[in-house]
Amino acid sequence: MTARHRILQRLRKATRPTSWPAVKPEAAGEASSAQLTEAFRSHLVAAQAEVVITTTTAWPAQVAQLALSRGWRRWLLSSQAEVTQASLACLQAVDEFKLAFFDRDTEELDFDLFTDIDVSLTSTKAAIADTGTLVLWPDATEPRQMSLVPPVHMAVIHASDLYPNLATLMARQAWAKGPLPTNLVLISGPSKTADIQQTLAYGAHGPKTLVVILLTDR
Amino acid sequence: MRPASSRQAFKARIRHALENNELRQSFRGAMDFLVKRRATAFADAAAFEQLRQQGASIRRRALSKLPDLLEQLESQCLAHGIQVHWAETAEEANQQVLKIAREQQAILVVKGKSMVSEEIGLNHALAFQGITCVESDMGEYIVQLAEETPSHIIMPAVHKGTEQIARLFHERIPATEYTEDVDQLIGIGRRILRDRFATADIGISGVNFAIAETGTLCLVENEGNGRMCTTVPPVHIAIAGIEKVIEKLADLPPLLSLLTRSATGQSITTYVNMIHGPRQENEKDGPREVHLILLDNGRSAMFADAELKETLACIRCGACMNHCPVYTRIGGHAYGSTYPGPIGQAIMPRLRGLDKYGELAQACSLNGACGEACPVNIPLPDLIRRVRVDQYEQDAQDRKPPIRRREAWLWRAWQYLCSHPRLYQRLTWIGARTQALLPKSLGPWTQTRTLPLPAASTLHEQMRRHQQQKDKSTSTRQGTP
Repeated sequence: MTARHRILQRLRKATRPTSWPAVKPEAAGEASSAQLTEAFRSHLVAAQAEVVITTTTAWPAQVAQLALSRGWRRWLLSSQAEVTQASLACLQAVDEFKLAFFDRDTEELDFDLFTDIDVSLTSTKAAIADTGTLVLWPDATEPRQMSLVPPVHMAVIHASDLYPNLATLMARQAWAKGPLPTNLVLISGPSKTADIQQTLAYGAHGPKTLVVILLTDR
Repeated sequence: MRPASSRQAFKARIRHALENNELRQSFRGAMDFLVKRRATAFADAAAFEQLRQQGASIRRRALSKLPDLLEQLESQCLAHGIQVHWAETAEEANQQVLKIAREQQAILVVKGKSMVSEEIGLNHALAFQGITCVESDMGEYIVQLAEETPSHIIMPAVHKGTEQIARLFHERIPATEYTEDVDQLIGIGRRILRDRFATADIGISGVNFAIAETGTLCLVENEGNGRMCTTVPPVHIAIAGIEKVIEKLADLPPLLSLLTRSATGQSITTYVNMIHGPRQENEKDGPREVHLILLDNGRSAMFADAELKETLACIRCGACMNHCPVYTRIGGHAYGSTYPGPIGQAIMPRLRGLDKYGELAQACSLNGACGEACPVNIPLPDLIRRVRVDQYEQDAQDRKPPIRRREAWLWRAWQYLCSHPRLYQRLTWIGARTQALLPKSLGPWTQTRTLPLPAASTLHEQMRRHQQQKDKSTSTRQGTP
């Protein structure tokens, strides 16, 4: 008999059928898109994220300008992502920038992900207004580490992809039916810790800076 | 019988903690901070109660179907390519980790904060085989550097002040200047640990919720070390107690909200990491292997007891300890157990034996704060009382017959007295008038306590007098036009 068999047998012996009320998903209030946007923005700002409210045409230039002014020169991009295609010309136009592409297995990259990158740019699957949360759905195009390892993470989100809360988002996008990505991540600010005498410090292990590019024209 | 040594050792640890002013300040400050944060996060009491009922019933529903859900979780995980292992004991779980480590020829392991790995003593098991296991949560890293154990399940280094950590970093990390600047200290930890993430052979994590419906391993955290451990090394091993499973993905949002708000007063943590498998064919990163170890270690035995089963609903938020007046004063180390505070008092005697940990239940004033704070309605005060009852009964068998008889006689006399009001009143009347004749000391009991003296008149007498005065004053008032 295996451990599995013995554990399950012990549990089965003690299991009594009972019924419990089903979970009602959290009611999503009737919020306008402007209200959702404002809730989303204010939660993120409270969590020390930077939010740039802009449009589909204006953001690449704004992002380039922001990075230049902050000294973020070495970029990590995904070659196939839509956000790269939209911004590539703008980024290439700046001489100071050095662009690296996550276009092969992490073990075979010709640069060091941990030390050679200042900033990464990713898309966002959806976002949650109630908690100021980005939903990332890493895949073959945009690997998991892009939103984790670089010290600055920039994420582009369309206001039309905002949902009031996590329960509503899961239900409307039918997450339970799958298929789900190997690693689905909810991000609600830059990495932080309060492990030293409850003093909040940012940039514990992940990005020290999170910049959210919110496109409100779509 | 509980060995006198375990009782004395516990008392000694409590005394030691109470004498340490720095420690008491650290805990007082941190617990007040967390209690306030939680209160702000649950400002609306009615909404909290509703959410709590929901959370409580989600956890109970999951437990009511536990064996089926575990099988469903297993088959979903297997379908995604996660390898599932079952461990009956801590030893078995450690052996499973070691086996994977040997296959990988691993020498360096990074670990995200996981209480279950503390429970099984994984670091020691790995070290014994020459494998270094680096704790990567900042608090855990500090605790490991100081060669200590966590004193709180959410804030492991809560017992240490900034100055102590500054000294520790300066002394233990080569070429580190002394600094009390928290940003700099965290920066030092970041630099060292990022190097470990990049070079580790295996990443180990716990699991906050395992979702049967979708085969999701859900981890919550603020630092990003959990994501590092589960993303960067070529192999990820997740260890979960068998009680961690929940039925549906839709069960997750209310529990997440309860967990993060109860733990740190956050409406959500910086990262919620939902893992569904190893790197796929076309993907460019993520571990090539993901293992899930399902650990029993005494849980199925607790499951068989209707009352103890309640403790398996725990979501490990730490609110019970934050609100416990005893924990706040003595801190986590005094308990000498993996899980300190009220939840530890309820489960440690069951996981490791009444003789070793039954004593913990004595460090409780039965004030009920833990039960009120619990986000999933675990009746902690009842469970702690139950440990006391069980321990008392176990002890009773070991007491000498004359003592047992005398005790039984005393209780019978007490019972008789309390169920015969006339006799009771007469005796208290005598007691009130013979104060001076009562003994001033009752041996060891009065060594640390003042003997409560009976009042000068009995409660009945006082009430009668009170009533008479009231009657008199009403009749006087009524008499004046």
